[in-house]
This record gives sequence, structure tokens and C-alpha cells, in this order.
Amino acid sequence: MATVRFIGVGEPKPKRNIRISPKLAAYLQAAPLTLILGVFLALPLLMILVVSFWDYDFAQMYPDFLTMNYVETLGSWVTWKTYLNTLKFAVLVWAITLFIGFWVAYFLAFHIRTMAMQMVLFLVCTVPFLTSNIIRMISWIPVLGRNGLINSGLVNSGLVSEPVEWLLYSDFAVVLAMVHLYTLFMVTPIFNTLMRIDKSLVEAARDAGATSWQVLTNVIIPLAKPGMAIGTIFVVTLVMADFSTVQVMSGGQSASVALMMKNQMSLLQYPAAAANAVVLLILVLSMVAGILRIVDIRKEL
Amino acid sequence: MTDKTNKPSGLTRRSLLKTASAAAGLAAGSGAITGFPTIWAQSKITLRQFGTGVSNINAIAEQCKKDLGITLEMTATDSDAAAQRAVTQPNSYDIADIEYWILKKVYPAGVIQPMDVKKLKYYDKVVPLFKNGKLKPDSVIAQGTAPHTVGYVEKPGTKTFAKSETEWFTMMPTIYNADTLGIRPDLVGREITTWADILDPAFKGKTSILNIPSIGIMDAAMIMEASGKIKYADKGNMTKEEIDKTIEFLIGLKKQGQFRAFWKSFDESVNLMASGEVVIQSMWSPAVAAVRSKGIACKYQPLKEGYRSWGGGLGLAAHLKGAQLDAAYEYINWYTSGWVGGYLNRQGYYSACMDTAKKFMTEDEWGYWIEGKAAKGEILSPEGKVMEKAGAVRDGGSFEDRMGKVACWNSVMDEDRYMVRRWNEFIAA
Repeated sequence: MATVRFIGVGEPKPKRNIRISPKLAAYLQAAPLTLILGVFLALPLLMILVVSFWDYDFAQMYPDFLTMNYVETLGSWVTWKTYLNTLKFAVLVWAITLFIGFWVAYFLAFHIRTMAMQMVLFLVCTVPFLTSNIIRMISWIPVLGRNGLINSGLVNSGLVSEPVEWLLYSDFAVVLAMVHLYTLFMVTPIFNTLMRIDKSLVEAARDAGATSWQVLTNVIIPLAKPGMAIGTIFVVTLVMADFSTVQVMSGGQSASVALMMKNQMSLLQYPAAAANAVVLLILVLSMVAGILRIVDIRKEL
Repeated sequence: MTDKTNKPSGLTRRSLLKTASAAAGLAAGSGAITGFPTIWAQSKITLRQFGTGVSNINAIAEQCKKDLGITLEMTATDSDAAAQRAVTQPNSYDIADIEYWILKKVYPAGVIQPMDVKKLKYYDKVVPLFKNGKLKPDSVIAQGTAPHTVGYVEKPGTKTFAKSETEWFTMMPTIYNADTLGIRPDLVGREITTWADILDPAFKGKTSILNIPSIGIMDAAMIMEASGKIKYADKGNMTKEEIDKTIEFLIGLKKQGQFRAFWKSFDESVNLMASGEVVIQSMWSPAVAAVRSKGIACKYQPLKEGYRSWGGGLGLAAHLKGAQLDAAYEYINWYTSGWVGGYLNRQGYYSACMDTAKKFMTEDEWGYWIEGKAAKGEILSPEGKVMEKAGAVRDGGSFEDRMGKVACWNSVMDEDRYMVRRWNEFIAA
């Protein structure tokens, strides 16, 4: 049916003023992030949690509610040993990266005078990161190996008669590679906090008669704590989740939690891996919560 | 982790269609290409093959396209993922290119249909190893999942394997080999004759075994039995006590520092050997070739207890029927007609139909790879790289010498899950 409209008969629609209540606006603004976090973080985590209670055989997973995966995971001495081993790596790497990271940042922030030079040197620190993580790790193998650079140097100079075996495929090699890989994650946040320290605070401390050591321990370190905490969170979570470094540098002789999960996944034991992931997540989250309790990182932000 | 590499040889859909129609036109014009039916090119048949990657070779797909007009889409996964995919996504493939121990796991799920041996053109040429487990009439049948034990069913539809040869073949065997220990002859400093030599205190911290549980446990079993510590009823199907003993033995060795590392991937084994970190270890034959191609001495040492062997074949997906099924048979007949066999033989593997492969190899190649004779000229890989110089003799000798001394086949145990758990304890210990 055709509609005929005469000029002047149909009233033009009144302009609608769209008004949104401020409450709705706030929700709308938060929506994109909620959506992204929900779909890409919360939902997968929920799925991991659900799957961790399922049953499985070599080919399939069967929806179920079994605590078997947790019982098998937590009831085995392998799990405990692996967690302890991973924590050992985390503590060692954390302590070493914190020490190195703090002094590198300290040097950059207080001993380099011009801002330009500071930035140049900071960028120099990041140069190794232009190559891939795996390549940086594997490059250690020809250096540390039985016939590697260090060993041939030692043997040729007559310092040792036999090549030193523990340099490669050992815990030493794992920690070394991790320190190499993760120190920058400590340098960056500490450098950032040190740069914000008001230089007049240091002067005031000196005027009040503090020694350099006292300035360091009473002024600089307390003020650098938020940066250290952020660096700690980076390093600890990276080490706890690492599998490739442990596998390659220990030559498969050492285990980490993530490596255990990877083994389970490659054997298609997804529910067991999921249970492990949940346990690891709880552990890491409580570690992060502990760090946040000790240091208020909001000062940094 | 599943590495899925789809390799339709870099063709886009459009260029694929173009080539297909060009091939069809050519076929129509010339009447016939190489004597094979040309209908496949016209109806653009595509077969989806997935498997463990050993024989997922692009050159085969290209040759198949050329000879048959069938487009082959190949996907490579690791063996555990292959087993899973075979069972859970039976409609995602037409041809399963899997090992026999995987077949043992997946066949009972009803996802593979048996083949009518009357439709297999070269069935008579298949080496008897795959029919009755004996390479020669007087051979001893090896332990583990020997291919002939899962090679037949009584009739389509049954889920259990037949005891002996029948009309229904579960898989057409295509590729197999005998594995042993690799050594650095320049660094071991003595004769290596038995699997137990890896335990020699002289090699402390200079040995490695592979960290893939289902294969590593077999190498461990060969080592342990050779050292006289245990006598297995069936290495390929250990009892819980046997698994416990084996793992405890391995843990003891690890604590003493006998091993330098455990490798998981092919390149790791090559690097361990080439750098001299390790002088004796589990190895696969192409890895030995890779070390040698760097100019470093490496030997695939035959040992008196025999080899640990593996074998794979092509199985038909249960959903195939009609023209697709005919094309699949056509493809398998082409696969066994010789070109592929020659290709695999020249890679150091073995083809199941030796007679047909012979026609595609030079006399010198056949002599070197199969008969164990000294090479008269340079031996080239299928890609044309020099693998051996004149005068070289294959480690272990002839086909009959190597495949005639198989002690056990890769297998799947009834206590599989228990074994894997204990293996992880060994790695974590």
C-alpha cells in the first residue's frame, strides 16, 4: 500500500535530547574494560577452575565433579618438591635481581648528572631486550658448556685441569639465565621511583648530619620501596610461571611448576594441569597480596 | 602443546582451483597422466591427512598432486595430540597417518575403518613383518605393540584385533625404522656393544636419554634388562612392579649424576651430541645424520640386545565412503607404488613395500640403504644434500640385519597413566 503524504501534513519529529544519567555514564565508561577483563581473564579462569574438577582419559575430558585432580596433585611428593624447587628459584632470582637492579637504578638516578645521559644509559640497559627471550637464554649454552667459552678459557689457562661441569645443565645455570632475563624488570620500576625522590630531601638529610649510609638506609631505600615492590611482583610472577628457562638451562634435570603443567598438557591431561594452575594461581596471588600488604605501591601510581 | 602446521604447500584457494582446473584440462587433453585415473582432478578431490609428522612431507603432497590430481592437506601434531584428535574429531580427517601403538589406543573407538585387502594393489608386497611379525620365517617376534598384533580385524565393525592375517587390514604400513643408541666414536674411547654401556661410570655426566615417557621408558627398559637387573615378561606392557623398579633404578642413576641432560626435541639431541656434552645417548636416525652433516663423527651403534623399533601407517577414517573412499584407496595404492617408498628409504627410514621402492632408487642407493653395501658414489638425501661419501657403510648394515634384530616395538601399556606419573617423578627427582 502506498502512503501519500501532503506537504505540511506530517509534523517533523521533535528533536530528541538524549540525556544519560551520570550513573549510567559511569557504567558505560567502565564497560569496555569490564568486557575485556571479563571475556579474556575472568571467563578463562572460571573455565580452568571448572575443568580442574573434570575426569579425563587419554583422549577426552568428562564433565564431572571430582576432587581427584587436587588429591593427586597435592598428595604427591613430586608436587611438593617441584613447588619447593620453584620457590627456591623465585627467592634466589628475586634476591639477586633486587640487589643488582637497585644498584643499577641508584647509579643511574644519582650518579649520572644529565637527564639525557640517564635516558641514554637506561636505553642501553634495554638493548638486550631487542632480541628474543629464548635466544638470550640459549646463547648461554655455548658460553657455559663443557667445551664452551668459559671452560676452554679455564682449561687453557691451566686454572683447572677438567672442565667445570656444574656451569651448564644445573640450578646455577637456571638462576643465571633467569637473572639475566629478569633484572630489567627490577631496574625499571626502581629507577622510576628513585627519579621521583626530591633531591632536597637528600640535602636536608646531609645538612642534619647524616652519613651517606644513613641517607641511603633512612631516606632513599624507604622511598624506593614501592618500586622494589612492583619489581618484586614482576620477577616473582615471571619466575613462578617460567618453564622454558628451567627446561633448557637444566637440561630437563630440574622441574618447575609450569614445566610440570606443560608435561601434563602435552600428555593431554588437561584437568590435572588445570588443578595445578589453580593451586599455582592461589599461591602467586597470596604472594602478591603479601607484598602489597607490606608496601603501599599506590604511592608510586 | 600441539604444533599444528597446515601444509597445503602454500597454495591459496584460488590458485588451488586454478591448478586443479588446469590439471583437469590437461588431463582431458592428454587423455591420461602417468596411467592413473584422471577423474580425481576433475572432481577436485581433497584428502585431509593428519599425523605425527615423520612422513608429513611436502614433497609427497606435491608428487601426489602431480600423479593423482588429489590435493593432500597435511597436518602434523605430536603423537599424544594425534591420538586425541583421532578419537575426538573423527570427521576432521580422511586419512590418519599414525603409529601402531596409537592405533591400538584409537581403533577401539571406532574411528578407523578397516581396509579390504583385495582393494590394496600392493598388499602382497608388504613385508611379512607387518603380517605375522617375522621378517624372515625364523625371526623371533619382538615384544611391545608389534604392528601385526594390531594389523587385522575379523570383519568391519569389530573393535577387537584379529589374532592372525585376515581380509581386513587396519592400516597400510608405510614407514618404520629401528632405533638404538647414538655415540660419539671419537669420544667414547672404547667399543660400545650393549645398551648397558650407557651405565659405564666412565661416561658419568656424559649420557642422556629422551624425556618422552612412552619412548623413554622403553629405552630405559632395554638398558636395565641389558645390565641384568631385571627380566621383563613384556617390556611393552610392564606391570606396576616392573614400572616401579625401572623408575627407581633411573632415579638412582640420576642422583649419581650419570645423566647430563634429558632431551625432548630432535634439535636438543643433535646439539647435545654435536657439542660433546654427551657421548652416548638415545637418538633417532635423522638426528645422527644431522650431527654427521656438521662434520662431527657420530654413529648409530648397533647393540647386541637388538633395536627398539617403531612403525606407522595410513588408516582410513570411518566416515569415508563413495568417491572419497575410492580416492583414499587410490592414494594408498599410489603411496605404496614406489615413489614415496624410495623417498623414505633415502631418508634412512624403511618403506613397507620394498620391491616397489627399489624401482625408484639407483643401484648404489639401494645397495647403501637397504643391502648394507659400501656406497660407490656420494649418497644424497632426497633434497639433494650429500649425506655420505663414497665408501661409507650404513650403521647396522642391511635392512634384514637391522629390522631382523628388533627387540621391542614402541607400545602403549595398560598401566600407561601410572607409568607417566612415575616418569614425572623421575624427572622431578
